[in-house]
Amino acid sequence: MELFTNQILAGISTGAIYACMALAVVMIYQAIDHLNFAQGEMAMFSTFISWQLMQWGLPYWVAFVLTIAFSFVAGIAIERVMFRPLVKAPILTQVAGFIALYSIINSSAGLIWDFTIKQYPTPFGSAPFLGSQLISTHQAGMIGVTLLMLLGLYFFFQYTRVGLAMRAAASLPESARLVGINTSWMVALGWGMAAAIGAVAGILIAPVVFLEPNMMLGVLIYGFAAAVLGGLTSPFGAVVGGFLVGIFENLAGTYIPGVGNELKLPIALALIISVLVVKPAGLFGRAIVKRV
Amino acid sequence: MSTALEQVVTDAPAVEAVPKRAMTLGSGTSLVVLGLLILAPLVVKNFIIFQLTMLLIYGLAVLALNILTGGSGQFSLGQSAFYAVGAYTSAILMETYNVNYVLTLPISGILCFGFGFLFGLPALRLSGVYLALATFALATAMPQLLKLNFLEPWTGGVQGLVVTKPDAPFGLPMSQDMWLYYFTLVITIAIYIASVNLLRSRSGRAFMAIRDNEIAASAMGVDVALYKTLAFGVSAGITGVAGSLGAIVVQFVAPDSYTITLAIQLFLGMVVGGVGWLPGSIVGAAFIIFVPNMAESVSKGLSGAVFGVLLFIVIYLVPHGARQVAIFCQQTVAKYRKR
Repeated sequence: MELFTNQILAGISTGAIYACMALAVVMIYQAIDHLNFAQGEMAMFSTFISWQLMQWGLPYWVAFVLTIAFSFVAGIAIERVMFRPLVKAPILTQVAGFIALYSIINSSAGLIWDFTIKQYPTPFGSAPFLGSQLISTHQAGMIGVTLLMLLGLYFFFQYTRVGLAMRAAASLPESARLVGINTSWMVALGWGMAAAIGAVAGILIAPVVFLEPNMMLGVLIYGFAAAVLGGLTSPFGAVVGGFLVGIFENLAGTYIPGVGNELKLPIALALIISVLVVKPAGLFGRAIVKRV
Repeated sequence: MSTALEQVVTDAPAVEAVPKRAMTLGSGTSLVVLGLLILAPLVVKNFIIFQLTMLLIYGLAVLALNILTGGSGQFSLGQSAFYAVGAYTSAILMETYNVNYVLTLPISGILCFGFGFLFGLPALRLSGVYLALATFALATAMPQLLKLNFLEPWTGGVQGLVVTKPDAPFGLPMSQDMWLYYFTLVITIAIYIASVNLLRSRSGRAFMAIRDNEIAASAMGVDVALYKTLAFGVSAGITGVAGSLGAIVVQFVAPDSYTITLAIQLFLGMVVGGVGWLPGSIVGAAFIIFVPNMAESVSKGLSGAVFGVLLFIVIYLVPHGARQVAIFCQQTVAKYRKR
């Protein structure tokens, strides 16, 4: 029984990473209606920027704020320059565009900062949290920040005019345009916010997985899985999905014989797919009704 | 964000409708391409012949994905898994059981057809992003499954298997590479013709009806579940044959040759070639084989970035892939003739 609770705790602490990333994934999905494969690389690049700023002697929080501002602007710029011209292209072509972006960012980061693994500081310290060896203060801090972001997003979307406009633009673009919402800029804003959230996720994840150009590869896959599991339309679902994926993964690794580190991912994915077969819109997603 | 109101959307189909006639090449153009493919190996070096053979093999794999996505509108990131099953089937049959390499092809085709058909069953409930995730899971699981301990006597574990290269039969005076090229060419052409006919047949029309509007298709009496799984099976079967050929030509199979990267490459090949346009498969295959090499020669450190930029330029100029170029040429020629 103690093993079981311990594994759940360990699952929650890795789940926090996935929850963070899943939140960014859902954000962009809300704005552009598909998954951005380059999301992880964008977050990785932002994290490198903050690392570079700290190398130049800026304090942690100043670097943090500057990086988020940079990511927000960069997210908007990428949308305006690269994806606006493709807005009328078929969806699969846009997905190919994401893969191109992925390749460009990954390769440039490798050239600028090379592929050696770098330490990344944490503002929360790494002592055991509340006497538990499995969750450190950093991970607790990460869960806290994720929940804060979730709350912030909730208030943004429910109680601000811009949030309302973004929701309108995402769900019914044509009607939104008719009531005077600039839907094209709403998409850009969605990219900016997703990039900013991704930057926060990257900065929080870096102390755990260490900083290098491929750090986000695994995390993004789990982030996608978490977002899909929770329902791509619900930020709350994404966070819950993140924790569930973390727990699944740990329990599968402990209790199913013959599962090494390598098979954890396929098993977690298989479990998620079985959930999706029963609930195709995810745990908290709203079912989409199609007009025939 | 999750309002109580249920969202009502009129979805555009994920894959745009391609008119049936536009899915193939005219007979004149086909003959020219065929002639080039037959003559090419007579004038180039062995290494280039090898590359051309790989081009045909990847072309087959892209074609298979094209039938699934362009034909029936289902999306798959799991093609590398079927390719791996095909490759391993051939390698194991040839090396452990001494089966002739020609006979291994239909066996892996049938095996992969069954595998794809079975995988298509749970995938029936999923579409779009969810289907992408499910197939993605298959692709990530496959290399790990091949490495499992109890399969090692057959698969050779992480080490993989070495496959002997077959000689040209009947004492034909040609190198092994050239023989394999023509062997692959014959099979590719046969499968290409079969695929074109498949898409023109009753089943093909059913695929396309499902792609364009699933509800309307089922209202007209198309057995949606059957045809969707069938599309998966056919696509997997062709990919399996491509995998077998790949194993024979490369002479080596190892779990890490068949990761998700391969599946993504095949996807890019499909997009560059034009989704739903079968002849484009070979153009897409050329893109995924030659462009990374080109990018590498431009700059070693930035090869990924160069590849990304080239890919981006291509999809920016021709968002519909090679099909768009073909249609443009066709129209220009038609205009010229009218004068």
